[in-house]
Amino acid sequence: MIKFEGIKKSFGDNHVLRGVDLHIPKGESMVIIGGSGTGKSVALKCVLGLVTPDEGTILVDGKDARAGDRDAFLARFGMLFQAAALFDSLPVWQNVAFRLMRGSLKRPEEEARAIAIEKLRRVGLKADVADRLPAELSGGMQKRVGLARAIAAEPEIIFFDEPTTGLDPIMSGVINDLIREIVVEMGATAMTITHDMSSVRAIADKVAMLHDGVIQWTGPVADMDKSGDPYVTQFISGSADGPIEAVR
Amino acid sequence: MSLLANTLGSLGATFFAFLAAIGRVAIFAAQTLRHALTPPFYIKEFGQALLSVGYFSLPVVGLTTIFTGGALALQIYAGGARFNAEAVVPQIVAIGMVRELGPVLVGLMIAARVTSSIAAEIATMKVTEQIDALVTLSTHPMKYLTVPRVLAALLVVPLLVGIGDIIGIMGGYLVATKTLGFNEAAYLQNTADFLQASDIISSLIKGSVFGGIAAIMGCYYGMNSGRGAQGVGKATKSSVEAAAVLILAANFILTGIFFSA
Ligand SMILES: Nc1ncnc2c1ncn2[C@@H]1O[C@H](COP(=O)(O)OP(=O)(O)OP(=O)(O)O)[C@@H](O)[C@H]1O
Ligand SMILES: [Mg+2]
Repeated sequence: MIKFEGIKKSFGDNHVLRGVDLHIPKGESMVIIGGSGTGKSVALKCVLGLVTPDEGTILVDGKDARAGDRDAFLARFGMLFQAAALFDSLPVWQNVAFRLMRGSLKRPEEEARAIAIEKLRRVGLKADVADRLPAELSGGMQKRVGLARAIAAEPEIIFFDEPTTGLDPIMSGVINDLIREIVVEMGATAMTITHDMSSVRAIADKVAMLHDGVIQWTGPVADMDKSGDPYVTQFISGSADGPIEAVR
Repeated sequence: MSLLANTLGSLGATFFAFLAAIGRVAIFAAQTLRHALTPPFYIKEFGQALLSVGYFSLPVVGLTTIFTGGALALQIYAGGARFNAEAVVPQIVAIGMVRELGPVLVGLMIAARVTSSIAAEIATMKVTEQIDALVTLSTHPMKYLTVPRVLAALLVVPLLVGIGDIIGIMGGYLVATKTLGFNEAAYLQNTADFLQASDIISSLIKGSVFGGIAAIMGCYYGMNSGRGAQGVGKATKSSVEAAAVLILAANFILTGIFFSA
């Protein structure tokens, strides 16, 4: 469904992506792991056109992601940003219901609000946060509001950039279950970035390891522990010894 | 020789960089216009922009123009006394406020107040990825952020200028009648007789142009902000500088067009 073909991206002489090839079939949950600063967030942004690759193509349903109607294309996606990126001038519920209050998915305000509150409940937030401003919430709460916003319009393809970073273990479990549920029940295709290995095991069908600008290893999550790939092995064990340097 | 060449070279480079900047702003303005004419339209954001650009600017506009009108009356009285022309105070205050000082002062105040806040707000949104988030939520940042603010400024700044003109004239009136011994009814009559429709229309047109410049520069620098807090600071500073200079330049050109014949 989503296919990266030879994606390259540099910022000045910082060569972040050096030829990424990756395929995410429809209805699967792909988790991308890799060290900090290796370009995982950049890779997601390339699909959405927020970052333009220098080389290579990204195909969504076999069609070039950059061709065709942008609005119709983006309407299929939901994205949780690493830093949540909530609109700080709007109350929480209007952030969540943003898409449901304008454009082709517009519906009456009460209905949009009711959906927003339901989505907030699913990410473990009570209805009383609905009327607060994002700046009044803790970092982990903001993250979950961002998650609620990403899933509010029930998109077919969902990108989660570090959904459980900054959450307590119990809340991480709730979010992992939610992501799994979205993939299994709604049949969504998901791409998740995470550093949390328990999260990887909870939500992944497949795992891809990004390092040095290329996908070093990809395969089913069950094969991850016996991958034999030195990068993956080092990443799982969290050891300082191995091909991945500790200073990057 | 090489010093001369270097100096000329860097002058030329600066000049071309300046031209390129003008070009980018012109393209940005053209895009704003195009997005303003095609749906979707964000009415609520437009309403909010009307309030923040217009209504909430009233106090600063009133205070700036009333003091300026008063000072103008004092100056003209003192200056006019040198050739026994004290009586022209109402006429000169009226023409000075309506043709020049009203629009320019309101324009500069809007650059200080509105351009800076637009630039800082949009730049912060850019730096915290809120602009990217807008895109992923199928909302065009130009349509959602730029168009409402620019349209609101085009519409409401002329109103502010009109109000500023009146308050400025009132400032002159108060000073002239309370301290300089002018007759109240005669002062107002002189002002009304002297001002022409073209003075007022030119004042309002200037207001609209200055409002458009102020809002577009705020949006342009905000959208093109660099990264981090430093980027936001730089975008805000540059937007106000650019808006103020462009407003004064536009004022010179418009004055030439309206009153040179
Ligand atoms: N807009 C940009 N301009 C310049 N450099 C950028 C930009 N965006 C990302 N980079 C650089 O690209 C590299 C990869 O960034 P990215 O955010 O994708 O890392 P990441 O893998 O998501 O890391 P983390 O796990 O810490 O979030 C970094 O070196 C970063 O400095
Ligand atoms: Mg990242």
